[in-house]
Amino acid sequence: MSGETKAGATRARVMRSGESFRELGLLVFIVLLSAAFQLRNHRFFTIANIEDLLTNTAILGILAVGMMLVLITGGIDLSIGATIALAGMTSALTGVAIPNINPFLSILEGMAVGLVIGSVIGLLVARFKVLPIIATLGMMNIVRGLTYIESKGQWVSSYQMSAKFTALSTGTTLGVNNLVLIAVVIFALFWYFINHTRTGRRIYAIGSNPEAADVSGIPRRRLLWLVYATMGVLAGLAGVLWVSKFASAQGDTALGYELNVIAACVLGGISISGGSGKVSGLVLGTILLGMLNNALPLINVSPFWQQFIQGVVILAAVLTNVAVKRNNQRLALRKREI
Amino acid sequence: MPETILELRDITKTFPGVRALDGVRFELKRGEIHALMGENGAGKSTLIKVITGVYQPDSGEILLDGKSVAIRGPLDSQRLGIAAIYQHVTCYPDLSVAENIFIGHEKVNPVTRGIRWKELYARVAELLESLDADFDSKALMGNLSVAQQQIVEIAKALSSNARIIIMDEPTAPLTKRESEDLYRIAEGLRDRGVSIIFISHRLEDMYRLASRVTVFRDAHFVGTWDVDKISRDELIVAMVGRSITQLFPKRKVAIGEEALRVEALSRTGYFKDVSFSVRKGEILAMTGLVGAGRTEVCEAIYGITKADSGRIFLEGKELRAAHPSEALAKGIGYLPEDRLKQGLVLEWAIAANITLPSLERFSRLGWMNRRDEELKARELSERLEVKANSVHDLVATLSGGNQQKVIVAKLLVGDMKVFILDEPTKGVDVGAKAAIFEIMNGLAAAGYAIVMVSSEMVEVLGMSDRIVVMREGRVSATLDTASATQETILSAAMTTATAVATENA
Repeated sequence: MSGETKAGATRARVMRSGESFRELGLLVFIVLLSAAFQLRNHRFFTIANIEDLLTNTAILGILAVGMMLVLITGGIDLSIGATIALAGMTSALTGVAIPNINPFLSILEGMAVGLVIGSVIGLLVARFKVLPIIATLGMMNIVRGLTYIESKGQWVSSYQMSAKFTALSTGTTLGVNNLVLIAVVIFALFWYFINHTRTGRRIYAIGSNPEAADVSGIPRRRLLWLVYATMGVLAGLAGVLWVSKFASAQGDTALGYELNVIAACVLGGISISGGSGKVSGLVLGTILLGMLNNALPLINVSPFWQQFIQGVVILAAVLTNVAVKRNNQRLALRKREI
Repeated sequence: MPETILELRDITKTFPGVRALDGVRFELKRGEIHALMGENGAGKSTLIKVITGVYQPDSGEILLDGKSVAIRGPLDSQRLGIAAIYQHVTCYPDLSVAENIFIGHEKVNPVTRGIRWKELYARVAELLESLDADFDSKALMGNLSVAQQQIVEIAKALSSNARIIIMDEPTAPLTKRESEDLYRIAEGLRDRGVSIIFISHRLEDMYRLASRVTVFRDAHFVGTWDVDKISRDELIVAMVGRSITQLFPKRKVAIGEEALRVEALSRTGYFKDVSFSVRKGEILAMTGLVGAGRTEVCEAIYGITKADSGRIFLEGKELRAAHPSEALAKGIGYLPEDRLKQGLVLEWAIAANITLPSLERFSRLGWMNRRDEELKARELSERLEVKANSVHDLVATLSGGNQQKVIVAKLLVGDMKVFILDEPTKGVDVGAKAAIFEIMNGLAAAGYAIVMVSSEMVEVLGMSDRIVVMREGRVSATLDTASATQETILSAAMTTATAVATENA
């Protein structure tokens, strides 16, 4: 009996190390890529540049957190680019109307817009059982349309924004850029929520086996709603930060950005079919995508090639993942004596 | 305390167009193992769902400890000390064992809302030890065997202090030895005062374990008996409403020349040096413990996977099927174990399902000839006696036994020589079993060679001409059914396994 237990424990350890191998591989890849960047351009490893990179990646990270939740339940949210635009536009227009508004109220306003949109999607998915891809596709168009209607097709430009508003994303607290700080706080809260609270673990459960969740009395619908509402709030927050950072609100702000966010999640090893994914992977995936977005121009890669290279990296990451998994299985089989 | 812990009176539950339970009653005593039996569709699963609060009965009364209770949802039943282990294990493969056990009632720190992991793991370790589990509380659920997953389900039931545990066909996916372990656990629970409702199609489960048995038929209560006061035959009559004089009506047919020969087939990690042959009109049973490699051998023959070495001959000519469609074209038909997943498109009509693997026969230049398709489908459905209004009925609306017939019909469209049937009767009721055996007899009489993978001893002995026994990836014996006995098969299937078990004990 004890022999069997030991064998079982070893097997479990092998499996678990296979899991963390994925994050390790990603980390190694990021290090290699950084080294390559540094060789081509010695300004890559400067504080200023790294801060730049993190600042430019913070919004992506905030959104990736929400998307990870959605993906874990086996869903997807295509509407967040539009939510960013509407929340950003709404807060910018309010800023035009009330120039002295406290920027924190602007943030709250954007989050409220996101909450409304996310709640509607949550209702559609959880209550009316609309497939997430359809529900969010529909909402994407509705919300994008609302942005144009609200702004009458006009832009809100930097000269119409207060300094306090743009300082939201360009200012620093304790020497750290506000955007980076917000992203770090959100990542930390989210890490605790998903790994150490009941609700967080139950979100994994409903993605891992929805029917089982129903028979064991887990409030699946309420959790689904919560996930989309959270995504909406984060997208609303990101919208305000986006407009503050680029000092411009437009009808086509963040058009197609949801796909970048999904790409960051996929790079981080979050399963599109639900049930699995780790915060550590998400952080690495986000950083990797951020590097590809921001550092390629630094080493004089033509912007025409950037997208191409991004696509290649995403496919390479996924293929490596599959290969690692298959290799692990083969190793396990070899050990099985016949 | 009253001796009866749970009593159901006059429970009726209707769904649109179906009466699933019609005034049934059921009574469970404290600390007994009570078997619930009946054909598929008799209402057992509905009764379970009424007890666990998944369904609300239309009328009737549920009494717990003599007091009338309303069970409005799964959480209610948990609170009342009722837990169910469902037929298909309802686990979360991506979560750990401990999380699977405590999901729904985790202990949290009231201030931080964080789960108290230490406390949780300690409690789980304790539970697993009391069940003699051989795995760790942090192991990933998806990496465990089905038997281990069931132990987790039982631990889950115990973790919520369940006094009544319902087991819905727990032994169906288990090997003999794993079932024996489960019996021991169930007896241990009974001795601790837990009452168990045990649902199973296997008569041996019931005789081995239960003290009383209740039978349902067509949504009605038939009766409750003490197990030692009812014979096997009487029980079958109670379940099917008619006596099946012979469950295994094996017909003698003339056996022709060799149809399929497998020589030294091997695949790393799965099976090694497997050789056997089957002749026209012959039914060859392939048996052994679950995991002995039977299904894997069949999949290699059919081209789903590739063998590393060895040769396969179909009617004397070497067969190299790299893909199922090639095997199918050459005349090998395969009926997979997980039929619903691999065998049928449930949302399609019977006719469309039947012609799916051989569409080119019913089309010209890419255009389908619907009339030919319908005629062929109708002919085959009639030959196999599929019970439906027309071949345009959706497969999803058919009963399990009739779905089986549609799968066989699919294979019959082509010019088949060999049929490989993987666990053809798994999870089907007594009546449908007889129908499936009848189909097999018909196929053998028509000159097809049949390989039947089966774990059920009676079925192997009752239906085959010869038996190949596999053990841990190798053929451990090839027997003539006429001279084989349950004992010879079992010892060939598990000698090493039992030897190891005795050593450890």
